[in-house]
Amino acid sequence: MDATQTKDIYTEEFLINMGPQHPSTHGVLSLELTLDGETIVECTPHIGYLHRSMEKIAENRTYTQFIPFTDRLDYVASMNNNLGYVMVVEKLLKLEISERAKYIRVIIAELNRIASHLIAIGTFAQDLGAFATPLFYCFREREKIVEIFDQLCGNRLTYNYMRIGGVLTDFSRDIEEKIKKFIKYMRPKVDDYDWLLTYNAIFLARSKHIGVLSKEMAVNYSITGPNLRASGVKWDLRKDEPYLAYDKFEFDVPVGKNGDAWDRYKVRIEEIRQSLRIIEQAIEALPQGDVAVKVGRIHKPSPSETYFRTENPRGELGFYIVSDDSVYPYRLKIRSPSFSNLAVLPELVRGLKVADIVCVLGSFDILMGEIDR
Amino acid sequence: MVVIEKIPGAELIRKVPGGGFFLTTSESFLKWGKASSLWPMTFGLACCAIEMIATGAPRFDIDRFGAGVFRASPRQCDVMVVAGTICVKMNDCIRRLYAQMPEPKYVIALGNCAISGGIFYYDTYSVTKGTESLGIKVDVFIPGCPPRPENLLFGLMKLQEKIRREKDAAR
Amino acid sequence: MRPDEISAAIRAKFPQVKEEAGTNYIIVPKESILEVSEYIKNPPLSFDNLHCITGIDRKEKIEVIYTLYSIGEHYGVTIKINLTSEDLNIASVSAIWKSANWLEREVYDLFGVIFSGHPDLRRILNPYDWQGYPLRKDYSNPQLIAKPRL
Repeated sequence: MDATQTKDIYTEEFLINMGPQHPSTHGVLSLELTLDGETIVECTPHIGYLHRSMEKIAENRTYTQFIPFTDRLDYVASMNNNLGYVMVVEKLLKLEISERAKYIRVIIAELNRIASHLIAIGTFAQDLGAFATPLFYCFREREKIVEIFDQLCGNRLTYNYMRIGGVLTDFSRDIEEKIKKFIKYMRPKVDDYDWLLTYNAIFLARSKHIGVLSKEMAVNYSITGPNLRASGVKWDLRKDEPYLAYDKFEFDVPVGKNGDAWDRYKVRIEEIRQSLRIIEQAIEALPQGDVAVKVGRIHKPSPSETYFRTENPRGELGFYIVSDDSVYPYRLKIRSPSFSNLAVLPELVRGLKVADIVCVLGSFDILMGEIDR
Repeated sequence: MVVIEKIPGAELIRKVPGGGFFLTTSESFLKWGKASSLWPMTFGLACCAIEMIATGAPRFDIDRFGAGVFRASPRQCDVMVVAGTICVKMNDCIRRLYAQMPEPKYVIALGNCAISGGIFYYDTYSVTKGTESLGIKVDVFIPGCPPRPENLLFGLMKLQEKIRREKDAAR
Repeated sequence: MRPDEISAAIRAKFPQVKEEAGTNYIIVPKESILEVSEYIKNPPLSFDNLHCITGIDRKEKIEVIYTLYSIGEHYGVTIKINLTSEDLNIASVSAIWKSANWLEREVYDLFGVIFSGHPDLRRILNPYDWQGYPLRKDYSNPQLIAKPRL
C-alpha cells in the first residue's frame, strides 16, 4: 500500500465497556477495554460493584455474629469461608477442637470444594460456547451436595454451619450413607467430563495456550489456589501448612505444565478427584466424640492480633483479626483470593482477542462477592 | 378436550360444540401469552444469582413456566430479577438497565437484600436499602437469604397470576 | 527458618528495624520500607510473595501491615509500619511485588494512606468520587445506620 492510499484509511483505538451487567463476567465486574479491531490493547478492571463493606460490619458484630456474613463472601463455597473465619477466631482464643469436629470440617470443606469447582467448570465451559449442557451437568451433580448440606444445616447456599469451637450439628447415620453414595456416584461423572469436555477438540482449541501465566508472574502477583498450581507451582496449604486433619490423609496436589486456561481447568478436574479421595478416607476414619467444645456465644479475647489462612477452592483465604478489650473485633481484614487473582488479568489479556478475555476470566474462576467484600 | 381445564386461564375459554377451536377475548389471549413467556434478564448481583441459576438447572427447570430464556440484553427482556445486594456503585447501572427494558416490564426482588438490604442493612455505608429505594416499582418480593429455588418458582407463578389479572392489557 | 531467626536476620542488616514486643512482627520505619523490601525480596531471605496489606486505624496512628511469604522456603514474616495521622505518605512497593498494586489501592481507598510512586493510585472498591475513608474509626455517613449494640 502506498502513501496516497493509507492517507485515507483512518484507524483509531476503540473503547468499550464490558459489564457490569454481562453474562460472562461472573457477577458485577466491569472491564474497560481498549481495542484495536478485535485485539485488546488495554484492559482496566473496575471492581467494587458489590462492595458491601463486610470489614466495617465486622467491627460492629460479635465474633459469633459475624459467621453468617462469611457465608456471603464467597457464596459458592460458603463452608470453606465459615471454616477460615472460625479457625482464625479459634487461633485468637487458643481453642482446641475435638477430633471428630476436625474430621467433619474436612469432609464438609472438601464437599463444598467439589461443589465450587463444579460451578467453575460449568460456567467456564459455557463461556467458551458449550451452551448450557456442561453447566446443567455440573449443576445436576452439585444438587446432590447441596442436598446433603440442606439436610445437615437447613439451607442450600448459606450454611452458617461451622461454629467457634466445632460445628453446628453432628452427622446423622443417614448423612454418612449419603456422602458414601455420593462418592460412588461422582467418580464416573468426573470421567464423563473428561470424555465430553476435557479433550474435546473445540474446547482445546479455545483454551490451550490462552492466557499463559508464568510461574514467576503467578508468585509475584500473589496468585493462589488452583490458578497458582496450574502454573506449575506445587503449593497447597493443605499439604504445606496442614491445618485440621489434612496431614492424616493421602492425596496428591495436581499441578499444570503451561499455566494456560486449559491447565487451570484441568487442575480443577483433578482436584475434584483428590477431594473425593480425602472425603473417602475421612469418612472411613471418622472418630467418635463431641462435635463442639462448650464455649459461650460471647467471646472476649485478650488484645492481640493474628493472621490465619486456609486453602479455599479459589485460593488462599486469609483473615487478619485484631482484638481489643471488647466483644467485637477491633479490625477484621479479609484477604480474599479472587482479589489478587483478578489483578493479573490486564497483563494476561493484552494482545488477545475479545473472545479470549472471556476464556481467561472464566478459567480464573473469580467471584465478585469476595473481591469486593 | 381434557387439556383445556388444566391450562391457566381455562375459565376464559369457551368451548365450541364439536369444534377444534375455541373462542376467547383478545385481551385474555394477550395476557396469557405475556404470562407464559416471561424472559428474565441474566442479572446476577450476588448470592441469589447462584440460586437463580440453580432454578434454571435441571432439577427445578424454570423452563416449565416459560421463563427459562435468560437474555443478556435488557432490550430483549420482560422481567428483571434483582438477585442480590444492590450497592451504591451499582445504583445508576440498575436504573439504566431498567430503563432500557421495553414495556411491559416486571421486576422481581429476589432475596432480602433486594427487598430492603437484608443482612446488610446495618453498619454499612455502601449498600442501597432495597430495589424500591431506587424508584423502581417491584411486582413480586421473594424473601429469603437466599430464597430457595421453589420460592423463586412460586414468585414467578404469582407474577403470572398478576399479569393475568391485569386490568389494562396494553401495559 | 523460624520467625525469630528471620526477624533477627533482618534486624542484623537494618539496625533501625525493631521487633514488636511479644510477637515476631517487625516494625520498620516508614523511610526504610523500600530498602528493606528490596533486601527481603531477594535471596537469602527470598520473600517472593506479598500476600496481604492491611491497614488498622489506631486513632492516633494508622498501621500498615504487610504479610509476606516465601513459596520456596515455606516461611513468612509480618512487617508493620506506623504512620501518624498527620503524615500518611509512604513509599509504594508495587515495583517490587506486583500484587501490591491493588492491595495498596485498597488501603488507600479505605484508610487514605497515600502510596507515593504507585502507578495508578485511584479508589478501587468505592466509587471514584467517594468522599472520606470508610474504615477509619471516625468515619460517618448518612447511609450508615448503626446496629443497636449489646
